[in-house]
Amino acid sequence: MKEVIIGLEVHVQLNKLRSKLFCSCSTQYHDSEPDTHTCPVCLGLPGALPVTNGKAVDNAIKVALALNCNIEEWTMFYRKNYYYPDLVKGFQISQYDYPIATNGSISLDMEGGERIIRIKRVHMEEDPGKLVHVGTIDKSRYSLIDYNRSGMALLEVVTEPDLRTPKEARLFLNKLKNILEYLDVFDSSLEGSLRVDANISLAGGARAEIKNISSYKGVEKALLFEIVRQNNLVRRGVKVVQETRHFDEVRGITISLRTKEGEEDYRYFPEPDLVPITIADRVDDIKKTLPELPDAKRQRFVLQYGISDNHAKVLISELGLANFFETVATEVDANLSATWVADILKGELNYRDLDISAFSPNHMVQILQVLKKDTITENGAVQVIRTILDEGGTPSEIVKIKSKDLLKMDVDASENITLRVIEENPGAFQDFCKGKNEAMHFLMGQVMKETHGTVNRSTVIELLNKSKKEKLQNAPDNHREA
Amino acid sequence: MNVDGIREMLQNGKSVEELVHSIFDKIEHSKLNAFVTLAKESALEEARRVDKHGAKGMLGGIPIGIKDSISTKGIQTTCCSKILEGYVPPYDAHVIERLKAEGAIIIGKTNMDEFAMGTSTETSRFGPARNPWDLSRVPGGSSGGSAAAVAGGEVPLALGSDTGGSVRCPASFCGVVGLKPTYGLVSRYGLIAYANSLEQIGPFAGNVKDVALLLDVISGYDSRDSTSMTKKCEYLKELKDDVSDVKIGVPKEFFGEGIDEKVEKAVWGGIKALEDMGASYTEISLPHTKYSLAVYYIIAMSEASSNLARFDGLRYGLRLGKDKDWHTTFSEIKAQGFGEEVKRRILLGTYALSAGYYGKYYLKALKVRTLIKRDFEFALKDTNVLITPTMPFPAFKIGEKIGEPLALYLADVNTVPINLAGVPSVSVPCGFAGKLPIGMQIIGRHFDEATILRTAYVFERNGGG
Ligand SMILES: [Zn+2]
Repeated sequence: MKEVIIGLEVHVQLNKLRSKLFCSCSTQYHDSEPDTHTCPVCLGLPGALPVTNGKAVDNAIKVALALNCNIEEWTMFYRKNYYYPDLVKGFQISQYDYPIATNGSISLDMEGGERIIRIKRVHMEEDPGKLVHVGTIDKSRYSLIDYNRSGMALLEVVTEPDLRTPKEARLFLNKLKNILEYLDVFDSSLEGSLRVDANISLAGGARAEIKNISSYKGVEKALLFEIVRQNNLVRRGVKVVQETRHFDEVRGITISLRTKEGEEDYRYFPEPDLVPITIADRVDDIKKTLPELPDAKRQRFVLQYGISDNHAKVLISELGLANFFETVATEVDANLSATWVADILKGELNYRDLDISAFSPNHMVQILQVLKKDTITENGAVQVIRTILDEGGTPSEIVKIKSKDLLKMDVDASENITLRVIEENPGAFQDFCKGKNEAMHFLMGQVMKETHGTVNRSTVIELLNKSKKEKLQNAPDNHREA
Repeated sequence: MNVDGIREMLQNGKSVEELVHSIFDKIEHSKLNAFVTLAKESALEEARRVDKHGAKGMLGGIPIGIKDSISTKGIQTTCCSKILEGYVPPYDAHVIERLKAEGAIIIGKTNMDEFAMGTSTETSRFGPARNPWDLSRVPGGSSGGSAAAVAGGEVPLALGSDTGGSVRCPASFCGVVGLKPTYGLVSRYGLIAYANSLEQIGPFAGNVKDVALLLDVISGYDSRDSTSMTKKCEYLKELKDDVSDVKIGVPKEFFGEGIDEKVEKAVWGGIKALEDMGASYTEISLPHTKYSLAVYYIIAMSEASSNLARFDGLRYGLRLGKDKDWHTTFSEIKAQGFGEEVKRRILLGTYALSAGYYGKYYLKALKVRTLIKRDFEFALKDTNVLITPTMPFPAFKIGEKIGEPLALYLADVNTVPINLAGVPSVSVPCGFAGKLPIGMQIIGRHFDEATILRTAYVFERNGGG
């Protein structure tokens, strides 16, 4: 197999901004009727002029800083001229020479160790409108256009061709998403928030550019398909040609759109309606507002809370989860918190396709506190979590209602049941007193069966040992026998 | 017809409604073809409102004509192109908001060269406008309708737009005053772009005072135009009968080959008259002037090729019967909607921006533009105005030059350097060649409209023109 070379151009919507990139239209259009979030500027009406959203520039600088980029002294916009029905002006306001930032990097935590993926450039541009088709694009008799998206601020992050596997590409995107969400500039849950163009080639061969992949999983799938396709061509002795391809999400395949000869000439030139923006003087202030980023947080969690790196890695994968953990860990034991948040709660959430906002950190604290006091068992604590997620309620209510199942039996009740089991199984108790392990397991099983697992093993063992001791003291004959 | 005259009429009992009625009556019987769309209903409604509540604002009850390239909410705006047929803007340009706020009454949209690409108002889809001094001649362009309407007494004020001379040329040909403000003084928000980095909206009137008044209304900062700037003064207040501090520079390159002898003589006469009134003059040189036309046309056409891409008939404007696939539909709409001159400029501009040519043409033009700008800055250090002929010749016959695009481009030789430099310039009447008016161009420092308007005002008051 030849080495695979992958580079990505990732378009992320800066969808946490209140207004679009060049007008004051609201960005909150996702649940709205088509064309309701538009104005003369984002509809490209004759005579309307763009004005740069300063907050968008600040957010772009934030991202550039988080990606370890060089930030230029000043930046400017260009017109990228091409025709497409979703493009209202016949050109897109984008960047060309003098992009906002260059030469950054993202580090990936791979099995084989750390991998540094270089970022070539980061630039801003406006989003076109959205084409809507009845059925699929090739079957639909007409296109509908929704201009709500037109003029949304996009950030394009371009990597060097440093990625080697589709999995690396997916991890890169996850890491990028992670960083953007930490910076509070991006909400990945919104439709159309991310679109990827992927360049892929086999060492020595021509590259294919797969355009407009709209999901994280789609990128991995498209690249896997492309590797097989290009390898098959090489095996059959057919030359791979440089071309632009489309990824069909439904069928999971890529289809040729155009070859190199059909490449467009975008006739870039400086946007005359906008003036160059000096950014160097803002960078220091923005740097001060940068939050702790995922890698730094992971290190701090291990150092400050003494939890394992594996737990830290899971906890920082979502900012909400990391914050949840810290809230809980300040109230109860950090290692216990890490286990319960990263392993158990995260698993229950994933199973239900929920995110961490579905659970209150206060509830987690209460559950872990009663667990620590031995008032409920581990099994009981899991039951409480499940009940809250499925039916709602608070830990104390649930513990009260389901006390029979969940409440740890008081020591007297445990003792009664244990003594009854001993009485009912004299032979086994005899064996236990002789030090036979299987007998201990048997008795334990019986106690657990009677109590539905609501007592602690250690309590039962304590009781069994106490009875053994008493028996040995009260019956010297038996002792001698033994 | 001027603003003071109208105010006097209104004070003597004439109602604004009567005035507006008489204006529409005049326009409807006019041979000038200066107006292409009339806003009768809204104008009369506004007139009645003023009659009821009294004239308020700097232009209360004063009628005005608006070039068809400036967006007017509810009034069809087409740049006199077939491709914008039926387009009614849902918003007002900044200058229109300002006019309405000051009580002006918008009479209608004035004729122009299609997308402001021309020097004669002959490429309009509504047919050519005519020069009030000689109906067989052009009124100049591209804002020919606005100049003709003012010169013909149809309205006292009008707005045009000037990308390479489009206000000053028709002002010169029609014998009225027309100003191209400093780039950035008047917001372009709502002006349908021909060449964004060059153009400004500018006022027309029959006299300098009214131009200053209209400039007061439309100028100043607008947050919707990133190239807009704050103004420094109120222009009407700055008009004084004194030019003793005015140092005139006379650039020899603007009096060279191709300038009509009568024009040259009239403008020199104007300069001498100003000297008599207390100004001084020196002959100077703007050495990069010879590159102006080439630089101007490369920049203007390049920007135009991109600006005009949006007109595809998809969201507004021309529709042709049955729609075919998108590519075919928009190609046919462009083929039928754009006129010859517009197509020529789109093609040339597209070529100039293409891969491999961008550096050779557009980028080079930008560099030479900087040199031209420096010429002006340098010349205006020791002088505070420059005076030249506005146009090399008086108004020509309709049809006379339309077949020779290059000859027409050459007519802009004295006006385009001013747009490249971004400085302000006013054209004032300065005598006649036979019965045809001649225009004198007074150019100033960046944002120093006050001095050029004052110079023009003194010239006008003391028997110039
Ligand atoms: Zn908008």
